[in-house]
Amino acid sequence: MNAVTKIKGPISVLRRSDVDTDQIIPKQFLKRVERSGFGEFLFYDWAKEPGWDLDPNPILVTGRNFGCGSSREHAPWALEDFGFKALVAPSFADIFYSNCTKVGLLPVPLPEEEIEALMDADEAEIDLEEQTVRFAGREVAFDIDAETRRRLLGGLDDIGVTLQSADAIDAYERDRERKGPVTTL
Amino acid sequence: MPDSLFDKIWRAHEVAESLIYIDLHLVHEVTSPQAFEALRLAGRTVRRPDRTLATADHNVPTDGSRVAAQIADHLSRVQVETLERNCEEFGVPVHSIGAARQGIVHVIGPEMGVTQPGMTIVCGDSHTSTHGAFGALAFGIGTSEVEHVLATQTLQQRKPRSMRILYSGELGYGVSAKDLILGTIGRIGVAGGVGHVIEYAGPPIEALSMEGRMTVCNMTIEGGGRAGMIAPDDTTFEWVEGREAAPDPLPLDEWRELRTDEGAQFDAEVAIDASDVSPQVTWGTTPSMVCDVTAAVPEPASEGDERALDYMALEAGTPIRDVRLDRVFIGSCTNSRIGDLREAAEIVKGRKVASTLSAMVVPGSQQVAAQAQKEGLDDVFRSAGFDWRSAGCSMCLGMNPDTLAPGERCASTSNRNFEGRQGRGGRTHLVSPKMAAAAAVAGRFVDIREWE
Ligand code: SF4
Repeated sequence: MNAVTKIKGPISVLRRSDVDTDQIIPKQFLKRVERSGFGEFLFYDWAKEPGWDLDPNPILVTGRNFGCGSSREHAPWALEDFGFKALVAPSFADIFYSNCTKVGLLPVPLPEEEIEALMDADEAEIDLEEQTVRFAGREVAFDIDAETRRRLLGGLDDIGVTLQSADAIDAYERDRERKGPVTTL
Repeated sequence: MPDSLFDKIWRAHEVAESLIYIDLHLVHEVTSPQAFEALRLAGRTVRRPDRTLATADHNVPTDGSRVAAQIADHLSRVQVETLERNCEEFGVPVHSIGAARQGIVHVIGPEMGVTQPGMTIVCGDSHTSTHGAFGALAFGIGTSEVEHVLATQTLQQRKPRSMRILYSGELGYGVSAKDLILGTIGRIGVAGGVGHVIEYAGPPIEALSMEGRMTVCNMTIEGGGRAGMIAPDDTTFEWVEGREAAPDPLPLDEWRELRTDEGAQFDAEVAIDASDVSPQVTWGTTPSMVCDVTAAVPEPASEGDERALDYMALEAGTPIRDVRLDRVFIGSCTNSRIGDLREAAEIVKGRKVASTLSAMVVPGSQQVAAQAQKEGLDDVFRSAGFDWRSAGCSMCLGMNPDTLAPGERCASTSNRNFEGRQGRGGRTHLVSPKMAAAAAVAGRFVDIREWE
């Protein structure tokens, strides 16, 4: 994963709430066994609607509960492959939020009224180190879990981080692991 | 300090702060190929194949194909073959297409008895919450996390907040677990449970069968919840006992401890009177856009509602019972277990599917199909004019050839009515198995409480 620090540039706006991952990347594209190349299918059906206009800017600003529904990580893959580096919304669905942080696509929750103001701005700068979004002469703070932030800033490999606790996992399996069930019947 | 069921399971699985041990990892063909590939590239192995179980469900055709080579769709075939190859290479047990144990991942886990009280269970699938019906902590993860669990058998996870939905009263005649959970989502909204593990409790929950409990927990994610769970009791133990992966004897003393202590604290509490719940039908494009079958399509209250009505081609004020249907789908990890099929069969027995629509039944697993056949349910459905298919996810999401055509309107026992979910331009109304069966006969929605 690439390290995430500052994301600066023009914004794209998608004024919809409860956007589900079925819309972000419809099922017919989940049949691929590769991890790349999903960007061209982003919002596949919506993109055919008249008046649809979404540029591959670094920042996407959108409505509440973004990314609800299916756990498909193909959704953040598609958003990232399309060109977005950060997503700003009043709220995100849990699994989607977590998936974004694994991919290096920065999810930024801001209060509803800030989102409204941001949608009217042309560009913004997001600083992960400072946990701020700057736009139109304002500066707004956002929340992120400290450990998630550390991993994003360092571009750390999650499995590598966990394997630093290999001794603890060994000890758990030795002393506390639940008996069964065994799948290899 | 009094603990909740969730607290107890969480604590028993904490390896280190925000690192929890996973007792069972379920795998399917759609969200795993990139995870296995990443393991291969990094030279990593699967840490615990004996705690991992794979099946092919999302892509499999339901035409009775016995091997992957028979799958006509090239990409689907490659995906199923890739799963089989990955499982062989990494030593993961797999029940792929044609296997006697194949089926929807959330149906076969409980069926084999690998889903048990007190466990942590994950799967690259948002409906993993289903397994919480057994008093397990079960939730969906993304592909990067699938890779992480394969490699380490653990998951990095901050402890979510907790919520209890406490039901009182009792479900009325004809009202099912599906109506209860749809009514609940209508009440809390599609983001009502975000960030929370939800415990469903109270007498109406205790009165549910295991199948009903699985239906409730299954749809937790539709209310945004991280996981849903129900404390195990005698109903649970009876269900688990004797299954092939179940312990013998069951560790009942231990399992009876798996309940929320008196006075335990939750970050949020919701109270719902189950007696107020009527049979439910969704009218829009999120599961919270739902109303009583006796109601009319509501006036739009937001831009999202307007868009939904437009997509669904519905006018506000139209009685739900006047909505005519083109298709009926009985299936999915929400409602395709033997109990669901029995309920639906009882409604259609000796009747005919309306000539204006086509209806299909897709059992959740090969075992469910076999049991149904033993009971003659397949004949009941076939003679009524239903198409009886083989096991898989099928038209729940239409990754296989079972899809709605643009504009078709479907009563479905599945869990998502998102735009295009069952096929591009398709219109989905979520209902219970009984309501779907009655709608198939009538050609439109009917109030199951008035069915004779
Ligand atoms: S039946 Fe539907 S919701 Fe369930 S696992 Fe399959 S695709 Fe997902």
